[in-house]
Amino acid sequence: MTLLHPRHRSALVFIACLALFTIGVTLAAQFGLVSTSFVKTLGKTLCLCLAALAMDLLWGYAGILSLGHMAFFALGGYMIGMWLMYARTEEIVVAALANGGLPATPEEVLQGIATQIFGVVGASDLPAIWSFAHSLPLQLALVVAVPGVLALVFGWLAFRSRVTGVYLSILTQAMTLALALYLFQNDSGLRGNNGLSGLQNLPGVTAGQDAVSLWFFWASAAALVVAYLGLHAIVSGKFGSVIRAIRDDEARVRFLGYSVEGYKLFVFTLTAVICALAGALYYPQAGIINPAELAPIASIYLAVWVAIGGRGRLYGAVIGAALVSLLSSWFTGGRVPSIPLGFGTLHWVDWWLVLLGLTFVCVTLFAPKGIGGLFDRFAGVHSPDRKGAALGPDQGALMEQEAKQ
Amino acid sequence: MSALLEVSGVTVSFDGFRAINNLTFAIGAAELRAIIGPNGAGKSTFMDIVTGKTRPDSGSVTFGEKSVSLLKLSEAQIARAGIGRKFQRPTVFEDQTVRENLTLALKAARSPWAVLVWRKSAADEARIVTLAEQVGLGDRLEQKAGILSHGQKQWLEIAMLLAQEPKLLLVDEPAAGMTLAEREKTTELLVDIAKTRAVVVVEHDMDFVRRLNCKVTVLHEGAVLAEGSLDHVTKNQTVIDVYLGRG
Repeated sequence: MTLLHPRHRSALVFIACLALFTIGVTLAAQFGLVSTSFVKTLGKTLCLCLAALAMDLLWGYAGILSLGHMAFFALGGYMIGMWLMYARTEEIVVAALANGGLPATPEEVLQGIATQIFGVVGASDLPAIWSFAHSLPLQLALVVAVPGVLALVFGWLAFRSRVTGVYLSILTQAMTLALALYLFQNDSGLRGNNGLSGLQNLPGVTAGQDAVSLWFFWASAAALVVAYLGLHAIVSGKFGSVIRAIRDDEARVRFLGYSVEGYKLFVFTLTAVICALAGALYYPQAGIINPAELAPIASIYLAVWVAIGGRGRLYGAVIGAALVSLLSSWFTGGRVPSIPLGFGTLHWVDWWLVLLGLTFVCVTLFAPKGIGGLFDRFAGVHSPDRKGAALGPDQGALMEQEAKQ
Repeated sequence: MSALLEVSGVTVSFDGFRAINNLTFAIGAAELRAIIGPNGAGKSTFMDIVTGKTRPDSGSVTFGEKSVSLLKLSEAQIARAGIGRKFQRPTVFEDQTVRENLTLALKAARSPWAVLVWRKSAADEARIVTLAEQVGLGDRLEQKAGILSHGQKQWLEIAMLLAQEPKLLLVDEPAAGMTLAEREKTTELLVDIAKTRAVVVVEHDMDFVRRLNCKVTVLHEGAVLAEGSLDHVTKNQTVIDVYLGRG
């Protein structure tokens, strides 16, 4: 199996493009051609691409339409945010207490941190879930463990009852909504609707935001490359073959002796962990996280990105996520000129969602392969002519237009 | 001779309708058996029970030398224990190549972790090529299964079953939709397979059953009506009344 095998060409092209993009942005930032906030926007976009990559493995390859994976993304953000906020507050508290002349006792420092962080919700004690917040390694472990265990338990309950299709989608929506409502409460221990803030300030780092934004941009690009290569290896091997078979006809896979539930659980949990890692890179760049990030709509966006990019191909998910989220921040940023229509004015801030919705409907109806399908057209790859028959009996099965001959 | 599969006293009702009624059935380790019967006789339900898709209300199903009960196992576990099933409609993975289809079926560890680190050995590749050639798909390994003809899909599915190396093969109407030449080839293949393992064929087509030249079990209303050679059962007056007599 050589790297130049046609099967691996898309991965090589993808990595070359991403490398060029990273170098280009870095140079542009060095020469002051792009603002720090724009570098952050690009870094955040790469994290969203990473989440979309996970979504594509889950939905495009395994046929599980989860509409709750942004919950894992946000949980990853919360977990890293706890350490960032704790360590940063600790620095401030220690500095403030040192002004008093006497060195502060650990109890005083702890009390100071708790009051600083939780004063806003009228509490002055650190909740038990903050027990590990003082330690970066422990909190990093929680970035993986908390969303991972949640996905494992949720997935186990759902898959063993053979919940599939739209019912699973609804369950995952309910999960993310329930989590959001829980986190909105002040006594959930994560500052209620205030969320965690000031996450862009790295403790112990004196470099300016212009440097930090580039570090995170590089880290996000590196994470995207590693995940892309890993997932590419998974989907082009026998494992990929099994999950595509599950997507198209899971009953048949069972009779081959594969535990369909085990595979679904594996993929569900793996993608949840990837989303969590993406979130842990995203929120330090965003600077703030609150329960609104777990709103059901966020996870629906994730599915929309993958659909517009073209599900069942990894680069499609990345293209879809990058394009739609960048366009979204452009349109909603108020920088797009409004269009006077005589009887009224078309403000893009208000109409962007309508445009996105229409695009989604059009892609679903007329170009089910999404943007990724354009590459097929250039490569001369056609869909099979099956007179409308899908490639398997299951709900998530590949549609005729999505397949390659 | 001890039986490979033993079904005894099995009863299944769907909403009060007894699809299987106190059914008893046994097959040896290297035996070919045809099951015939009118529509609704319980042929498909019988297969569903053996493969774990349907749980019986009462009775026992045991399999293998150690007589393991199949009633507590999941479909996937039963398949791993060595029971392969071929459905009536050809069910291959249409978006995957013939090679991928065969690789999926090839006997190997089935857990996600094992599959993740699985690498195809030279022996695996040789086995895939041999199987494909055996069913006349040797030059179509890189083609998607979806573009194969109906008969070729049936063949691919049979090759996949062989790749699984089951001890017992359940085959549901293999001749459906096949041309005469294909039927003859199928007959030869099934007879050949049954030399080393147990094969149960459910079939409507009496000519096809005659060609198989094996013991026949006639099902009616969820129970065994008659058993023996085809000539023996076709002379049975009850069989003629309930099945053959309908033309």
